[in-house]
Amino acid sequence: MAVANPLGIDLDQYKWGFRDPEQYAFKSRKGLDRDVVEMISHMKEEPDWMRAFRLHSLGVFEKKPMPTWGADLSTIHFDDIYYYVKPTEKQGKSWDEVPENIKRTFDRLGIPEAEKKFLAGVGAQYESEVVYHSLREEWTKQGVIFLDMDSGLREHPDIVREYFGTVVPPEDNKFAALNSAVWSGGSFVYVPEGVHVTIPLQAYFRINAQNMGQFERTLIIAEPGSYVHYVEGCTAPIYTTDSLHSAVVEIIVKEGARVRYTTIQNWSKNVYNLVTKRAVAYRDATMEWVDGNLGSKVTMKYPSVYMLEPGAKAEILSVAFAGNGQHQDPGGKVIHAAPYTTSSVVSKSISKNGGRAGYRGLVKVYPGARGSKCAVRCDALILDEQSRSDTYPTMEIDEDDVQVTHEATVSKVSDEQLFYLMSRGINQDEAMNMIVRGFIEPISRELPMEYSVELNRLIALEMEGSVG
Amino acid sequence: MAAELGITDLWAQVEDKVILKGASLTVRSGEIHALMGPNGSGKSTLANVLMGNPFYQVIKGEVLYKGEDLLAMAPDERARKGLFIAFQYPVSIPGVTMASFLRTAVSARRGYEKDQLMSLAEFQKLVRGKVEELQIDPAILGRYVNEGFSGGEKKRAEILQMAVLEPEIAIMDETDSGLDVDAVKIVAAGVNRMYEHSGRQMGVLVITHYPRILKYIRPTQVHVMFDGRIVTSGDAELADELDRIGYDGIRAQYEQVAAEVAGEGEVRSAGKVFWVRH
Repeated sequence: MAVANPLGIDLDQYKWGFRDPEQYAFKSRKGLDRDVVEMISHMKEEPDWMRAFRLHSLGVFEKKPMPTWGADLSTIHFDDIYYYVKPTEKQGKSWDEVPENIKRTFDRLGIPEAEKKFLAGVGAQYESEVVYHSLREEWTKQGVIFLDMDSGLREHPDIVREYFGTVVPPEDNKFAALNSAVWSGGSFVYVPEGVHVTIPLQAYFRINAQNMGQFERTLIIAEPGSYVHYVEGCTAPIYTTDSLHSAVVEIIVKEGARVRYTTIQNWSKNVYNLVTKRAVAYRDATMEWVDGNLGSKVTMKYPSVYMLEPGAKAEILSVAFAGNGQHQDPGGKVIHAAPYTTSSVVSKSISKNGGRAGYRGLVKVYPGARGSKCAVRCDALILDEQSRSDTYPTMEIDEDDVQVTHEATVSKVSDEQLFYLMSRGINQDEAMNMIVRGFIEPISRELPMEYSVELNRLIALEMEGSVG
Repeated sequence: MAAELGITDLWAQVEDKVILKGASLTVRSGEIHALMGPNGSGKSTLANVLMGNPFYQVIKGEVLYKGEDLLAMAPDERARKGLFIAFQYPVSIPGVTMASFLRTAVSARRGYEKDQLMSLAEFQKLVRGKVEELQIDPAILGRYVNEGFSGGEKKRAEILQMAVLEPEIAIMDETDSGLDVDAVKIVAAGVNRMYEHSGRQMGVLVITHYPRILKYIRPTQVHVMFDGRIVTSGDAELADELDRIGYDGIRAQYEQVAAEVAGEGEVRSAGKVFWVRH
């Protein structure tokens, strides 16, 4: 089959048999090079500009050194990762078309039940490909678009081309470049002017192939005066070898619009979770990141808001839990690039059993961003002597007429609190759980109910056996 | 089964300072005891040792509760078996609502399996009744445990917990201090109602510095503690006498007691060591 080939590569020479698209689905190989990127783009039948974007990004990725300022990434072996796996030949249009084995997986995650109750749309990413999507009819009527990113590119190429890579360019960092080269799946959300999406859009996804990277790409565009809450939650099974998850999320919040993006991350304990999330907020727009990180071996994730016009607001709520062998390095960045912009960052981290959790943040106020306000609060709870908390707050304030506050606390679970709860008949494990749940309550109360319950349940699981 | 709390020659210390020096006292089901004494005499230490506060170390002595070695039990086990203390200085638990706390506690007290809770409907019915009886603003249930509570609110919250948990032996550690007269009356009425509600089976140990509350909760026995031991016991008349002559009047009769100090004996925790972390 003929392939557009502006780069002059002899595609017929490819060892995967490019002439037989049906085989591509089953012939992924480990490692990353130009051939793999070409194959991905080809299989997705993407427009030339996207393929060029991918190849350009690959070049950026190859040139950029590994970041060394944060967590230890030295055991990531890029050659030992699958960059694309396609689980099914086609996308499920309705629940009936979703393959049985995938349904069983979703059943264990409780997805159909959740949907019956009040999910409006479900985007479920399973081994790099969205296999199921649904969206309530009234939203379609309102012009709301909620698709997986591949379909978004196919069905709305003009919108995607206008915004894709504008908030997080490939040059931003090595992992943004990697994602830009090999991205697959993720969500595409477009909310027209003035439309309020009253029920959260939810995407569940999980990775379950050994040594498989996940490189989903999400783009959300909120037109003026609109509102949407996007919820991303994930669970992952146990792996035997390291795995890499490197997503990019780009959000454009236009004048007077509000976007909330909620994540509960529970990757298995061998996953490197290196994610670039960034939003731009225009005049009087509000961007809120709610970010929970429980799983993974390493998480480096600093959701950012660039407040570009007066009156823009940013809120970042982050909670991280690090157990044995885990390093949670979450945080947030707020960039005040216009007058009268307001931001608030609340970070709660818990470390136990030798885990390491903390906060890494940036507050930047540009000259002229007068009347801006920023409040940062980070609290750390350390459950034992072996565990560690780090706080790296960076402030670059280049304007005098601003109010910036920073508060940080580090505490241990007090014996007085444990004794008090136990004196009411509550056993020690549950007492510890209650104290930890209370510690993160300022964030869990911001979550949709079932996520709040799930977060508490996950923390209870993590806490098991944490006390003698 | 009728509960009996028997304390025999109990010695205890806090940070190397010996506070209890041979306290003995027995509280039986249906009895209302008042334990009085000046500040620093060891009343609160006794209460905390009985509940298993890990900051207090038992030097020697024995405490039997329902015939079992109380000092070998963790605090939660003591509570599930029906022992309760209304604390003088309850701590706050940020982020945990009173409702959630009470529901977890009452479920544990009533023997629900681990991770199981009393149904929400049953709990709400129970707690609403108690809140009403004690004339507490129900809004308290949505607030975090003791967080930002006034002194009076903390005391009332302790009594609410006592009412919900329905203990067999309840210790009230200076619950009356910091309350105005009206609040003392409400608290006392609540305790009396609990006592009646138990079929006059609940045993109560009212620890107080002032005889005031004893006008509203009439004790069956009164004890006076000086320097870590009980120096005299009597009936309600003793409280009235104290009211007249004050602690100084009684202290003169027992000055010599203070001379005795701790002897030998193995130091152990007030509770079995139930957590090892720091």
